[in-house]
Amino acid sequence: MLPGLTREEILRYSRHLLIPEVGLEGQKKLKGSSALIIGTGGLGSPVALYLAAAGIGRIGLVDYDVVDSTNLQRQIIHGTSTIDKLKVESARDRMLDVNPDIEVEIYNEPFTSENAMRIAQDYDVLIDGTDNFPTRYLTNDVCVFLGKPNVYGSIFRFDGQASVFYAKEGPCYRCLFPEPPPPGLVPSCAEGGVLGVLPGTIGTIQATEALKVLLGIGSPLTGKLLLYNALDMSFDFVKLKKNPKCRVCGPDADIKELIDYEEFCGVPGFDHDEGSAGADWDITALELSERLKGNHLKLLDVREPHELEISALPNATNIPLGTLAARLSELDSAEDMVILCKSGTRSARALELLVTAGFKKVKNLKGGINAWAQEVDESLPIY
Amino acid sequence: MTTLKIPTPLRQYTNGQAEVAVRGSNVASAMRNLVEQYPALEQHLYNGDGEMRAFVNLFLGENNTRDLQGLETPLSEGDTLRIIPSIAGG
Repeated sequence: MLPGLTREEILRYSRHLLIPEVGLEGQKKLKGSSALIIGTGGLGSPVALYLAAAGIGRIGLVDYDVVDSTNLQRQIIHGTSTIDKLKVESARDRMLDVNPDIEVEIYNEPFTSENAMRIAQDYDVLIDGTDNFPTRYLTNDVCVFLGKPNVYGSIFRFDGQASVFYAKEGPCYRCLFPEPPPPGLVPSCAEGGVLGVLPGTIGTIQATEALKVLLGIGSPLTGKLLLYNALDMSFDFVKLKKNPKCRVCGPDADIKELIDYEEFCGVPGFDHDEGSAGADWDITALELSERLKGNHLKLLDVREPHELEISALPNATNIPLGTLAARLSELDSAEDMVILCKSGTRSARALELLVTAGFKKVKNLKGGINAWAQEVDESLPIY
Repeated sequence: MTTLKIPTPLRQYTNGQAEVAVRGSNVASAMRNLVEQYPALEQHLYNGDGEMRAFVNLFLGENNTRDLQGLETPLSEGDTLRIIPSIAGG
């Protein structure tokens, strides 16, 4: 039995009621339906705003983070006035301002193997707006086990992907990506950057697909992967099939319950660029500033050249991480060396590479040049 | 020649090239030709035993080569092969 619409709701949704594919029946369906949005960041922002505006009766938000100013270039549900507020509360308040007739349930916690099934079970559809591989595999597996559609979107710099992974009717995320890439190969948005409007494009597509799935209209992206490139303004589609060897939805699936996804992916389930190479290999910004007094110390900056225009340390040698393996001969392993990047993640990887190549006198600047800008030289900007 | 489309995360190993012309009668030889041209890619695409890593998705036109004949899938002049990357940003 579908819920009825009030006089006010009929007016509010007038433009939906005019479309035959939605109509009064469809709008009631939306009111009686529910969606869980994992992540209220770049993708989650437009998804949450549009699903709220569309009148989905109950929307859940999962996030554990607080709003910071680096979010605002793309996370349009938040604002300057909500910096330092919980993201789920900031998003909820904005959604209820758009549409006070819906219910918003907030989960101020990371989405983990411990809580995911409990949180997800009461929702009709899940929307994957996370920023890391472990949570993407977790969201997929939860959807497979609970028999729910997973409206997927993912972004990097100018590239976006979208699909509807629904194991009952087609492939799941693992059918396409049985294994995550090795840690470090694909930079996160915190490390590699992202065009601010890109999650707007992909998130809006996710919201569209979620509405189609809930209304049962049109052809959702089940069995198809959209590949979008903002620079070329290209929308390409490829076909996806169920993978008979899929470990979670295939006939011989051996993964029957949620696993340890951080272990599976070899990376943490969050995208905070706060790199450390481990206590033995780290040096803090303050320690480095002491060591630099009067002593010769080689500084190796592994960021991309365009980042040096934002902030740089004098006399540092710049070899971007991607070219380091090919340029080891330019470095002297007998020299004391400190490696740095924006916040310590890429430099930790560079350190690993150098140690594997036999370097012993190397240290990683913990927290990167951003930590230096915070603790040593406040004239440098933090980015 | 086959056109091989390189995804953004791997372009740091192809001097920024988005497309690389590769020679090869099948997917395996075309991929080998790619890493001959850009050796820095090898460790990312192949494991220590010289096998293609499981996360590498190769599509010929709109089809996953895994659904065709895998690495043995034959290539014709003018085909477009693309590596579909795993990306996780949100």
